[in-house]
Amino acid sequence: MVGNKGISIWFFIGTLLLIYGVVITAANIYELAAPSMDRVVVLKEINFGIWWGILLVIIGLIYFVSFRPWKKKQ
Amino acid sequence: MLSNLTSRLTFLFSGGTSLISLGWVDSLIIIIYFLFVLGIGYYLMRFTKTGEDFFMAGRDMTMWIAGLSFVAANLGSLELMGWAASAYQYGILATHWYWIGAIPAMLFLGIIMMPFYYISKTHSVPGYLKLRFGEGASMLSAVSFGFMTVFMSGINMYSMAIVMKVVLGWDIHFSIWVSAITVMIYVVLGGLLAAIFNEVLQFMLIWLGALVIPIIGLIEAGGWNNMVARIQHNFAGGDYTHLWRTLGSFQDNPMGIHWTGIVFGLGLIISFAYWTTDFLVVQRVITAKDLRSAKMAPIIGAGFKMLVPFIVILPGLLGLAVMPGLVGEKEAIATGGHSYNEVLPLMLARYAGPGLLGLGVTALIAGFMSGMAGNVSAFATVWTYDIYKPVHLRVKKNEGTDAHYVKIGRWCTVLGVFVSIGTAYLVQQFASIMDYVQALFSFFVAPLFGTVILGMLWKRCTKAGGFWGLFAGIGSSIAMWAWVKIDPSAIKIIALSEYAKDMAENMYRALWSWIICVIVTVVVSYATKPKPDSELVGLVKGCTEIPSEGHLPIFKRPIFWAAIVFAVFLALNIIFW
Repeated sequence: MVGNKGISIWFFIGTLLLIYGVVITAANIYELAAPSMDRVVVLKEINFGIWWGILLVIIGLIYFVSFRPWKKKQ
Repeated sequence: MLSNLTSRLTFLFSGGTSLISLGWVDSLIIIIYFLFVLGIGYYLMRFTKTGEDFFMAGRDMTMWIAGLSFVAANLGSLELMGWAASAYQYGILATHWYWIGAIPAMLFLGIIMMPFYYISKTHSVPGYLKLRFGEGASMLSAVSFGFMTVFMSGINMYSMAIVMKVVLGWDIHFSIWVSAITVMIYVVLGGLLAAIFNEVLQFMLIWLGALVIPIIGLIEAGGWNNMVARIQHNFAGGDYTHLWRTLGSFQDNPMGIHWTGIVFGLGLIISFAYWTTDFLVVQRVITAKDLRSAKMAPIIGAGFKMLVPFIVILPGLLGLAVMPGLVGEKEAIATGGHSYNEVLPLMLARYAGPGLLGLGVTALIAGFMSGMAGNVSAFATVWTYDIYKPVHLRVKKNEGTDAHYVKIGRWCTVLGVFVSIGTAYLVQQFASIMDYVQALFSFFVAPLFGTVILGMLWKRCTKAGGFWGLFAGIGSSIAMWAWVKIDPSAIKIIALSEYAKDMAENMYRALWSWIICVIVTVVVSYATKPKPDSELVGLVKGCTEIPSEGHLPIFKRPIFWAAIVFAVFLALNIIFW
């Protein structure tokens, strides 16, 4: 991070993407089960939000685990 | 509970007519983002004690962080909103600002210029000018940079407020103040370090939020070829999908520009001027932890910069294919329709479902905030070190303490934000945001590039030559601009054709002001006495020993990666010729 001090920026990024991924995936699964959106979204049927949410979870997890501050240094 | 809270916030924020209304998930995503950036600023405050920490992020950044920050600081509101709008207006020609208008200059910065910035240990570009040419050129550059920075910052804020108005129905004044105060808090707390770290975070969010549009857009359009066919069908007679083919004449392309303007005005002057001497971006790479990282950072930045058109230009082109009928701002106001300046949020609303809309809006906000933070942190550094410090030294007759300058830097951040807010309201008076910024570039940055490049590469260049060259370049640029404003027919002299449009005029004005700067610098230098070589060590080619990279394996050498990036750049231009 700052030299060898503190928490890595990549950990912050991983955490944020993980949270976003979970929220977006859950919201889109819920929308699929109980549609409530009051606006027209083109190509809604491909459920892009679910796939994008899962992608965010995967990227977020990779950064979160790789740069966790409690990881033992080699 | 959380749902109720965010719904209430959505209701609170979304007063007035809006393109779309955010769901509670979207609002939650935006709120989390604001909490994160403020939290990062607060967390980094503990690492920001000295002037080196506050203004230079401790000069401890890795090549990746410096490189991503280098691109992200430029990925502000103009990049996202402005260039998507320009792509709708001018077609793929807007891509020139990302490729020929950026890549060669970024590689040149990394390979040729960075060693001098880095070895001289300057804290800013005006700081380099002070070492090379003395206080006159430095002060002129610092003051002009200060003006340009607050104008840019104001443009950022105005663009963001427009997005918020269109997408969410937020009041323009409310959006300006919320974003400005947030940026002010985290930059005041964590200085350049907080700005850089948030820029890296924002870079990731911009990509992940904005990529939704080109991916779903291409699916809807049926792929690239079908998109091109639909554009040709919607706008018969116009060519919006070729980079170079239509640049043989001013009248053959929607931008009203000739290839000489793109190659010489944009590719050789404006882009080199911006990417190699604009302190906003250069500041990011001189924070690198060592010379190799400082050289690699712009090369990494160039690699990512080449990809940005896929999230900025492509949405504009997709808009031409699937959403024809957007018009200019004035016509939109008169008819109640939508302007092409709104193409990006309109596309976002078209494709983004729950949460993705919030992510896309967060990407836009992140872009605006990264640009604004870049401007504000650079402004604080230049104002404190290059304007306040020399005056303080002259008046008080002593060097201030480091803590004093950190305190001044924090107050400058506050001042910069408030001046920018005032500027945001001024910007509303101009019809085209992009043209306005190009005009600013040609006033200040193009002549500055002439001064810096001669200073770095020509040891005969003198202090008086540097100052008067820069002065003449800026003065002539403003004079040419004023001439065309007073007498529009003068454009045929400035831009070489009566058919030239604003963009073309800016390109040529930058070219002429650079040439005038160089000629005056050379003439005055030959008429005045140069510094001895011993005073130019670390500042000028021929007087500075650049550390050899011969011992490194080839894949660790900056020149190798620069060659790879340049080859891809050439290939892309040929593919989209």
